[in-house]
Amino acid sequence: MTIDIKNPSFLLDGEEVPFTEGQTVMEAALTAGSYIPHLCFHPELQAHGSCRLCIVESDNRLHASCTLQANSRLKVSSQTQAINKMRKHIVQMLFVEGNHICPSCEFSGNCQLQAMAYELDMEEGHFHFRYPKREQDASHNDIFLDRDRCINCELCVRASRENDAKNVFSLGGRGTETHLCANSASGKLGDTSLDVSDKAANICPVGALLINDQSYVTPKEDRVYYQTSISLRGNRRPKEIE
Amino acid sequence: MNDPSKVNLKRVVIDPVTRVEGHGKVSLLLDDDNQIHEARFHIVEFRGFERFIEGRPYWELPMVVQRLCGICPVSHHLAAGKAIDQLAGVSELSPPAEKLRRLLHWGQSLQSHALHFFHLASPDLLFGFESDVRKRSIVSVIESHRDLALKGVKIRKYGQEVIKAITGKKIHGMAVLAGGMNRALTTDQIKQLKIDIKDIINWTEEALVLVRKLYLSDIALHTKFAKADSAFLSLVDKDGTLDLYHGGLRIKNADGSILHDHYDYSNYTQLIKEQVKSWSYMKFPFLIERGPQTGWYKVGPLARINNCDRIDTIKAESYRQDFLAHSEDALVHPPLAFHWARMIEALYCAEAIAKMLDDPDLCSGDLMRRGEKQLEGIGVIEAPRGTLFHHYKINENDQVTMANLIVSTTSNNQAMNESVRQVANTYVSGRELTPELLNNIEVAIRAYDPCLSCATHAVGKMPLQVELLNSVGETVARCSRSSETGFNVE
Ligand code: SF4
Repeated sequence: MTIDIKNPSFLLDGEEVPFTEGQTVMEAALTAGSYIPHLCFHPELQAHGSCRLCIVESDNRLHASCTLQANSRLKVSSQTQAINKMRKHIVQMLFVEGNHICPSCEFSGNCQLQAMAYELDMEEGHFHFRYPKREQDASHNDIFLDRDRCINCELCVRASRENDAKNVFSLGGRGTETHLCANSASGKLGDTSLDVSDKAANICPVGALLINDQSYVTPKEDRVYYQTSISLRGNRRPKEIE
Repeated sequence: MNDPSKVNLKRVVIDPVTRVEGHGKVSLLLDDDNQIHEARFHIVEFRGFERFIEGRPYWELPMVVQRLCGICPVSHHLAAGKAIDQLAGVSELSPPAEKLRRLLHWGQSLQSHALHFFHLASPDLLFGFESDVRKRSIVSVIESHRDLALKGVKIRKYGQEVIKAITGKKIHGMAVLAGGMNRALTTDQIKQLKIDIKDIINWTEEALVLVRKLYLSDIALHTKFAKADSAFLSLVDKDGTLDLYHGGLRIKNADGSILHDHYDYSNYTQLIKEQVKSWSYMKFPFLIERGPQTGWYKVGPLARINNCDRIDTIKAESYRQDFLAHSEDALVHPPLAFHWARMIEALYCAEAIAKMLDDPDLCSGDLMRRGEKQLEGIGVIEAPRGTLFHHYKINENDQVTMANLIVSTTSNNQAMNESVRQVANTYVSGRELTPELLNNIEVAIRAYDPCLSCATHAVGKMPLQVELLNSVGETVARCSRSSETGFNVE
């Protein structure tokens, strides 16, 4: 591979992906229209590198592509059987770790976790279901926080800080006890300044933050991933669909 | 054993393998001379539901509860929908939303009744209750009455298409919101549904004529089989017309006199109570004013056709009058008449669908109403199997704190027990246990179309175990039945 200093690129699964200075592999790939599976990455927010779905292999090492700086020497593999198997296990772990009742879930068809499971041909949980007891928070007038679905991706945490300049959320606890906290004296969402129009209230990939009067309003066939896979659609929230 | 009347009893248990929605088994308590001492039909259903829903936001209810039943999910979807309308403070839907719900309900009732008649009841009626169990199945109906079986499949499919058009899926779709519906029909969908409706009405009428003929062919047997006379309970609309979606409760005594009329179902807790019996997971509802011993009643197609003053579709109304004319009593009580009444209702649904498809409101976008939030909601509907009660309480944060359901099968619980006891005494007592005798019990149960398809729907296919237990619980004999090995005595 010859290096073009003016138009730098790296190889992703054998295809050249152009990038600009400072872009990560994920950013460059998405700009070029190449999909790398992910859940905790959002182009408008700081990368987090926590969900590990965006792992790619380069130089016999695994990297989170959302934090891996693009450079011209990179040869990156993403769509390999081995990596997708790991991704599938990660998704399975996310499913068994929470309480994801897809059949009656409002977010079914819009949910990126569910769409990722389809994408990766996940057919069962594989691991032991933990059925954790998680506290729900219905204290906010317009927004229901359903911790059963939360995958601790911190998109809402980051959106509140970086976009809404509010700092409404944070993660508390450790290990399997890690959970989303509302930053108010009472710990209740209703006592925070979260507004229904905030980015933080409209970014959750799994519907753990639901706008109350929007529930079930969208018919199934009009949902984001009803007919199109996440690799073609991208990680979109319902309102982001043209 | 403390109860002296229960000394030296054997117990015959007809125990089908369970499945998720429900589990039924029949126990016959025999004495030493093979006389039936007691007959019990046990059901397990909806366990854990109340806990499952606790703390969930109320607008999830129609979606969650329909998943608890794979048999009539639309009825639960709608009953929960009516309850959450109240929670949202909406006492009257927009006309288009109500019409869509009614259409959805007719589609559901039509497909459910068609399924029951063609797949489950017709083998009994066509081949006889004591015929070879391998013959008494839909497969045999298809072989010997191909045209009938195919029409049955098409009627069911049509009902499912109505459901799919409105909810997006044939089962477990999504349509009902608190205060309305989430979409209208398109003119294309209506055009599509109109294509076959004339055939559907004709075929449903053919099935009704057939069930009528079969019932009347041995009226002496059919009227006395499993007879368990009781009061009837159902909704009727404000002028007494048959209404499956909404109305007031009407209760007719067994002699045909009216005990309650246009009773506001929001006060159902003052009318009905549920008794718990140690041997069954299923409760026994009864009319409070009559007490648990005599206060039991029947619900379902037979109750509805007996209770209403008229049906507002032409053909179904003439068949209703004909149906009543065949009874010597003021009301039609025989459980096997359920099959006949069920097909009158199916015809009503088909006719009502045809009428509704001409209504332009089905395409209207005026689908939602809003109101002042309430903390308690009660929704009642006439599900295919009978009156279905959904009752919820929520807290200030919209989370469910209490859920109570009285499903149709529960209301028919005591009646089914009475029928089983009656059949057992008539057909089993004093005779050796044979599959045909046990089939008679199943035929009686099946007339009520209880919501446990494993126990009652898959006759001849499902493995059955029958155990004879003596008074100290020892197994003295055991027999089984399966499609592979037939009837075996160990
Ligand atoms: S609520 Fe949603 S966005 Fe926030 S951490 Fe949980 S899953 Fe991520």
